[in-house]
Amino acid sequence: MTHVSIQELTKVYPGADTPALDRLSLEIASGELTALLGPSGCGKTTTMKMIAGLLEPTSGDVRFDDRSILRDKPEHRGVVMVFQNYLLFPYMSVADNVGFGLKMRKTDPTEIKRRVSEMLDLVKLPDVGDRRPSALSGGQQQRIALARALIVQPEVLLLDEPLSNLDAHLRFEMRDLIRSLQQEMGITTIFVTHDQEEAVVLADRVALILDGQMKQYDRADAFYKRPVDEATARFFGGHNFIPGKSVGGTFDGPLGQLTLADGAVEGAGKLTFRPENVRVGQGDGNNLSARVADVIYLGTQTRLKLRVGETEIDAVVNPNEVEGFKPGDIVPIHLPPQTLWVIS
Amino acid sequence: MIGQDGLWTKTFRYITCLLLVTWLVLPLIPLAIWSVARGWFFPDILPRMWTLDAWRYALSDTSGVLDALWLTIGISLAATVLSILVGVPAGRALGMYKFKGKEVIELMILAPTIVPGIAVVLGVHTVFIYLGLTNTVHGVILVHLIPTLPYMTLVMAGIFSNYDPAFEAQARSLGASPLKTFWYVTLPAIMPGIIVGGLFAFLVSWSQYILTLLVGGGRVVTLPLLLFNFATSGRNDITGAIGMIYILPGILILTLTAKQLSGRSGAVGGFGRI
Ligand SMILES: Nc1ncnc2c1ncn2[C@@H]1O[C@H](COP(=O)(O)OP(=O)(O)O)[C@@H](O)[C@H]1O
Ligand SMILES: [Mg+2]
Repeated sequence: MTHVSIQELTKVYPGADTPALDRLSLEIASGELTALLGPSGCGKTTTMKMIAGLLEPTSGDVRFDDRSILRDKPEHRGVVMVFQNYLLFPYMSVADNVGFGLKMRKTDPTEIKRRVSEMLDLVKLPDVGDRRPSALSGGQQQRIALARALIVQPEVLLLDEPLSNLDAHLRFEMRDLIRSLQQEMGITTIFVTHDQEEAVVLADRVALILDGQMKQYDRADAFYKRPVDEATARFFGGHNFIPGKSVGGTFDGPLGQLTLADGAVEGAGKLTFRPENVRVGQGDGNNLSARVADVIYLGTQTRLKLRVGETEIDAVVNPNEVEGFKPGDIVPIHLPPQTLWVIS
Repeated sequence: MIGQDGLWTKTFRYITCLLLVTWLVLPLIPLAIWSVARGWFFPDILPRMWTLDAWRYALSDTSGVLDALWLTIGISLAATVLSILVGVPAGRALGMYKFKGKEVIELMILAPTIVPGIAVVLGVHTVFIYLGLTNTVHGVILVHLIPTLPYMTLVMAGIFSNYDPAFEAQARSLGASPLKTFWYVTLPAIMPGIIVGGLFAFLVSWSQYILTLLVGGGRVVTLPLLLFNFATSGRNDITGAIGMIYILPGILILTLTAKQLSGRSGAVGGFGRI
């Protein structure tokens, strides 16, 4: 059980003008599963490598249980990084791959053998030990890579995009496997993904990185309810951003006067609300009259493009509620105050 | 059409093989016959008499052939090992990293394969005299590195240009020290290159004449020097016997590495640069 503290971690690659990672700070509680979320190229792999000791930070610190580990060699850090492309050693059998870390720790060969077969059972691949890695499918290779990392019982586990090379159905399986093994072994884990849904489903907490900077570090639901800025909200599928001014619990803007929930920020800002929180029909407060611009049927949901005056509003609703809606119709909608959020 | 393509490829391959064998083997036949012939004169197709005298002489102590053989093996092995030790890191730098002046360095490494050895050695000679390396086996081994290193380095550059250093990072992260990482991860990956490059280095060193003659000052008598002595003295029979001994490693290596050299291993990818 290890508490990980990342402090102002920065990396400027030689010759680069802008930092690949700019002052990232994170506190990861012992045994927690944290997602490092961000688009491709935002510095996620760079962060992992610096924690693993495979890349020298330009500045900043990484501490395990309040001890800086930056001076420690990668093999002495108690961290194992699992790379995005698995990197199983092609000249070794699957069993030798899994046992590699123990062999490096000079564990007794019979003990290695026992733990390897235990580990293969755990990742549900009991019979592949004698094979070559190239004889395995992508999903199997990923599980072997995971087994190879877990067998040394690292204090901290780093998973670089563990799911992104897998087919959809394998992804679910792998996701559950990672979650259950991580919980069982209580290893502090950081995993990288560019997929917000993956981050939300798998992680205790999510750190969103955009353009090399950390935007928000929070429990998953906060990114939907209380995004720190427009870019963050957009990354999580937010669509509605309405400029205006928040004064004394009301938002004054192109939609008129809207009632806000208690504790909203004051001053000029942007009002945002999730498409799925727009309600069709009359309700308590913030009733508006909207013109239907488009109706897009998505199967389990329907997306409505609405217009209130000149302002476009995106709504996602239950298909039953909007049966018969056509472009041009004038319909009542309302925006529940507790679903409104002001970004300053 | 695929069948026809296959047929053409096959025919082409057979013709090439045939030409290669003819070109390699044909010149050796008279050598082989000389070594066991007595009185073989034009226009006879085959000698009048057969004898093993030349072989007996070649393998005797007085001829110095065996001494030269061991010396040549020793020098070539040493040059090969040194080539590997220098060529692997050099090939890694060339194959994996981009840096300023890389083209210039590549050209300089290639230079000894293009520039005649005698031109190179004349420059090196004064330095070797100054260092007291002339007329010594050490000096000969060192000077052999001039032609062997380019091959070794370029083969390794080819290997390393297809090499993913992330495997090493992965090994470190799993708890391997740098040394163990090299032993368990890097070495198996580059072994084909070391073998092919090493064999080339060995053969290149094995066949050095001018460099050995000039730096060794005639005191380091390797097999090719001895062979040349007998060849110029007109003893065709002994020349034939020594010649047979001399070409043995080449034939062995060629047979052993035929598969590697057919290009399937990628170990000779670096030759694209030559
Ligand atoms: N070895 C490197 N040298 C120079 N720039 C690099 C190197 N590795 C990554 N970068 C740059 O740093 C940025 C972040 O890369 P990376 O950490 O791999 O992003 P991510 O994993 O989030 O996709 C990218 O702009 C990338 O081009
Ligand atoms: Mg990445």
